[in-house]
Amino acid sequence: MASAREMRLRIRSVKNISQVTRALQAVSASKVRKAIAALMGTRPYATKAWQVLTHVAGQPGRDTLHPLLTARATVRKTLVVAISGDRGLAGAYNSNLIRFVLKKFGNYSNPVNYIAVGRKGRDLLIRRHNNVIADFSNLPPAPTFADVSAIGRLAVDEFLSGNADEVFLVYTDFVNMVRQDSTVKKLLPLEVDTTTERVENYENSHRIPAAYQYEPAEGEILDEIIPRFTALQVYQAILESLASEHAARMVSMRNATDNANELISSLQLQYNKVRQQTITSDMLDIAGGAEALAQANIHSGGENG
Amino acid sequence: MSIRCEIVSQDRMVYEGDVDIVVLPGSDGEMGILPHHSPVLTTLKFGLIKIRTNNEEHVFTVAGGVAEIQPTIVTVLADAAENVKEIDVARAETARQRAAEALTQVKTEDLDAYLALEAALRRSNLRLEAAKRYHDVKRSVFKEE
Repeated sequence: MASAREMRLRIRSVKNISQVTRALQAVSASKVRKAIAALMGTRPYATKAWQVLTHVAGQPGRDTLHPLLTARATVRKTLVVAISGDRGLAGAYNSNLIRFVLKKFGNYSNPVNYIAVGRKGRDLLIRRHNNVIADFSNLPPAPTFADVSAIGRLAVDEFLSGNADEVFLVYTDFVNMVRQDSTVKKLLPLEVDTTTERVENYENSHRIPAAYQYEPAEGEILDEIIPRFTALQVYQAILESLASEHAARMVSMRNATDNANELISSLQLQYNKVRQQTITSDMLDIAGGAEALAQANIHSGGENG
Repeated sequence: MSIRCEIVSQDRMVYEGDVDIVVLPGSDGEMGILPHHSPVLTTLKFGLIKIRTNNEEHVFTVAGGVAEIQPTIVTVLADAAENVKEIDVARAETARQRAAEALTQVKTEDLDAYLALEAALRRSNLRLEAAKRYHDVKRSVFKEE
């Protein structure tokens, strides 16, 4: 058994660790709230933009409407935008995402390129010898739309230039504090399902077939709105992932704090035992010494008297 | 008879409600939208959106975007939009000065940064102008022009 001094040091260091993890947990808890608020803020625009796109796509002659809406007959190259975190200490958050990516695209039928968002994901992808064509790491803690719109623009450029025939977005969907799901979503070509919208708006359906008047020309408007919408989807995915990352970190830090506290109490018990044992043996020593002295006194007293 | 109007920017819902008329700064010119308008999809330029309901008038600055007009609804997808009443003139003024200052310092080779700053400057000019014109002023937004 370790000495009492060693045990005291060990307890102190475990206590320090539990303080650090508790602080990290509190920080993540407040960050996750902010991330959720930011996420909710983008929802109205995203739903509205989606509605507008569905209406436009519902117009006659959709396949010739815009290259970003048109599916390609043969798909030869695939691009995946993988969104992970910049930092660790978030449980299995980063490795879960990359495992999901590799399960989906590791043995894909055609060559896959990656755009990595987040340092951890980039490192993991490169270590497994994947082709990472762009890396957006060290994003600001609360990214604005302007901070991340370049990612969407790059995806659109790659698609239009023919370097990719389809683009997927892989991110972690924030369901609630304890549940986050790795999710894959097709980013380009934009698949607009016009049938569901028609059913939902059945009573208003008379207005959908009416052809739009475009101001300025139709192409120009779509050039404007579709890339922006794509960038917005990337932005939303990043916000979802951020909320998930903070939630995952919070949960893993709470576990760490709980474990540390458990360890502290068992160490404390052990320490108390050690201390008690020392005291007992010291007492025994003293008692033994006193006893011996008394015996000696009786002995010598008897001789003298 | 009214038409629904929804103005959303990328980070929030700016306005929603049933209104009598919406005036939009379309890229081919200003357009007034009344109920039962035929479907139009238009891009917007920097400018003001004016809305009139039964007894209220609202003015919004908009920094570009897209508007979808249907017979019963006008949806504005704005790059940035703000109710003129919410504009803090003092803050808008410092933002404008900051943008103007940064614009003189940026290297012209850095086109992206230059364009971003120029847009920021235009945005703050627009906000200031709108705030000065419509702040606390009781006169009608529609009658003066």
